[in-house]
Amino acid sequence: MLYREAGQFKTNYAADSAIFPLRQDRLGLGVIILAAYALAFIGNSFLLQAVMIPFLVFSLASIGLNILTGYTGLLSLGTGAFMGVGAYACYKLMTAFPGVNVIIWIFASGFFSAAIGALFGLPSLRIKGFYLAVATLAAQFFLQWCFIRIPWLVNYNVSGALDAPLRTLFGTPIMGPNATPQTRYLVVLTIVILLTWLASNLVHGRIGRMWIAIRDMDLAAELMGIRPLQTKLLAFAVSSYYCGVAGALLVFLWYGGAEYDVFNINQSFFILFMVIIGGLGSLIGSFFGAALIFILPIVLGIVLPAMLSPFGISVGADVIEHLRFMIVGALIIFFLIVEPHGLARLWQIGKQKLLVWPFPY
Amino acid sequence: MDILYKIFIEPFVFMGEAPDLLIQTLWEGLVSGVLYALIALGFVLIFKASGVFNFAQGIMVVFAALTLVGLYEKGVPAFLALILAALAMLVLAVVVERVVLRPLVNQPDIILFMATFGLTYFLIGFGELIFGGNPKEMITSALLLPQGTTELDMLGGMVRFQHLDIAAAVIASIMIGLLAVFFSKTRIGRALRAVADSHKAALSVGISLNQIWVIVWFAAGIVALVAGIMWGARSGVSFSLQIIALKALPVLILGGFTSIPGAIIGGLIIGVGEKIGEFYWGPLVGGGVETWLAYVIALLFLLYRPQGLFGEKIIERI
Repeated sequence: MLYREAGQFKTNYAADSAIFPLRQDRLGLGVIILAAYALAFIGNSFLLQAVMIPFLVFSLASIGLNILTGYTGLLSLGTGAFMGVGAYACYKLMTAFPGVNVIIWIFASGFFSAAIGALFGLPSLRIKGFYLAVATLAAQFFLQWCFIRIPWLVNYNVSGALDAPLRTLFGTPIMGPNATPQTRYLVVLTIVILLTWLASNLVHGRIGRMWIAIRDMDLAAELMGIRPLQTKLLAFAVSSYYCGVAGALLVFLWYGGAEYDVFNINQSFFILFMVIIGGLGSLIGSFFGAALIFILPIVLGIVLPAMLSPFGISVGADVIEHLRFMIVGALIIFFLIVEPHGLARLWQIGKQKLLVWPFPY
Repeated sequence: MDILYKIFIEPFVFMGEAPDLLIQTLWEGLVSGVLYALIALGFVLIFKASGVFNFAQGIMVVFAALTLVGLYEKGVPAFLALILAALAMLVLAVVVERVVLRPLVNQPDIILFMATFGLTYFLIGFGELIFGGNPKEMITSALLLPQGTTELDMLGGMVRFQHLDIAAAVIASIMIGLLAVFFSKTRIGRALRAVADSHKAALSVGISLNQIWVIVWFAAGIVALVAGIMWGARSGVSFSLQIIALKALPVLILGGFTSIPGAIIGGLIIGVGEKIGEFYWGPLVGGGVETWLAYVIALLFLLYRPQGLFGEKIIERI
């Protein structure tokens, strides 16, 4: 009843081409952002540290991969490694220049992974589909090998691990052992909102249309004057930029320290799951996908023992872990069968139904 | 200049000085190549018949081997366990066809690819739930696989041949020969080739696609079982085998996604190239190049011949 298009007249082009043409949508978005900030003050530290921070980080990485796979149609399995490049670049930069604010380095580290991403994106000019996916596996394994074998990347420290030094913003520690989950959550949230806004503008503008044209039919796009080389490499670079920033956030604002193993091939698959379950070519889908794939196992870990206990079945933590794997696997197949276009499409259908409710059309 | 010498001259001088080491390395490369080829074969079988890029092939290898060892540990005789493991793969094929492939028919490739990801997760959980997550020993002696080594005097040195490796090579060759006969001589094999050529034409002459899918998934399951036994005998049965299975992907690029001979030759090239590269050039960069060398070989190869050695010419490219 409240969600109606009636009475909202568009009087100029800008209003007509707005991303959120409905007033209710804009209000809803504002409420969600406000609620996300409010959560920092009402949520407990478990919720912030174990659920919300990783959810936002994975959403950011999913947006990155979605730009490449969803919008440009190039399948990549090197996401984990590109995240790693961001994390290592950030570590080198902030230990080499400790005086500069770390937020700047987090944003700058993305440029390093963008460069590496564009380099490994070169084969995409000749190959597509699964062949390209395997080519990006080369990036994954080669870069991971570099993280292990080049001690310079971790400043020759003995453990070979990245650790977050103490860094402050406006006098409050945001990184390192003294930073509270609350402040780290606020920093991550702000960065993710900023970059999502930027991505939204990119994909709805000329560049995004170029990517979509290449995805839908590269030959036709080329005939229309879109250069495949530049467009594809740009997609790789922007995608890797997002992944790199997400990697830096993952290590320094979530884990607080990590080894090369965080950026292994499973991380790449994990992000790809999120993108496909959430919906290819949809920014909000990236958030849905990250929520489903990351938060669902946590919820299952809490809910499953509670569900089984009334039947007198008490199971160990390892069985719960195995059941989680099975349920997540089955759910992936289930969602693909029910809605191959992902959760974003379900969301769209839901909104459409709500607009005309209670009538079917 | 020094680095150029180390890259282009020294390894070859070393090869010439110690030919026995070269033969040893070549042999090890060939054996792992055969095993890569076996895993790649499973991919090719399914890709040809149903166009599905089956990511779950790696976990099928682990699952088949786990079923075999797990049943044996529960007291089932080894060869009965082998038959039961094969039956388990048949059940898996039927279930996959009914639950995953049939509802998803006509979806884009990437969706089917993702569905096999879901299958992978499910099988990991299922396998660990039933058989436990600990690494297991492959029951080599109970399956009458030979053990021990033969040392041959050769070119001024000793070359070791593990009997198990020889058996692996022989069994893999027999397996490939049987598959070749199956594809070219039998009625079902011809139906499979017809489906690979054109789904619609095959349907119109009365070939049941659903049946064919069950058969290829079962065949891939049997190949996975054999690969699982061989890999398991070399490095134990655990879920880390799944990562080794990813090595089949560069093999596929090299050989082409749709070619059985391609999978075998690609496997051998990757296996040998990897071992030679690791042994002679690896020390220059600190070793461990084995993890990515295969992918880089495949990547370079793609630039010159995107359809692979024997792949079909029609490839998605500009």
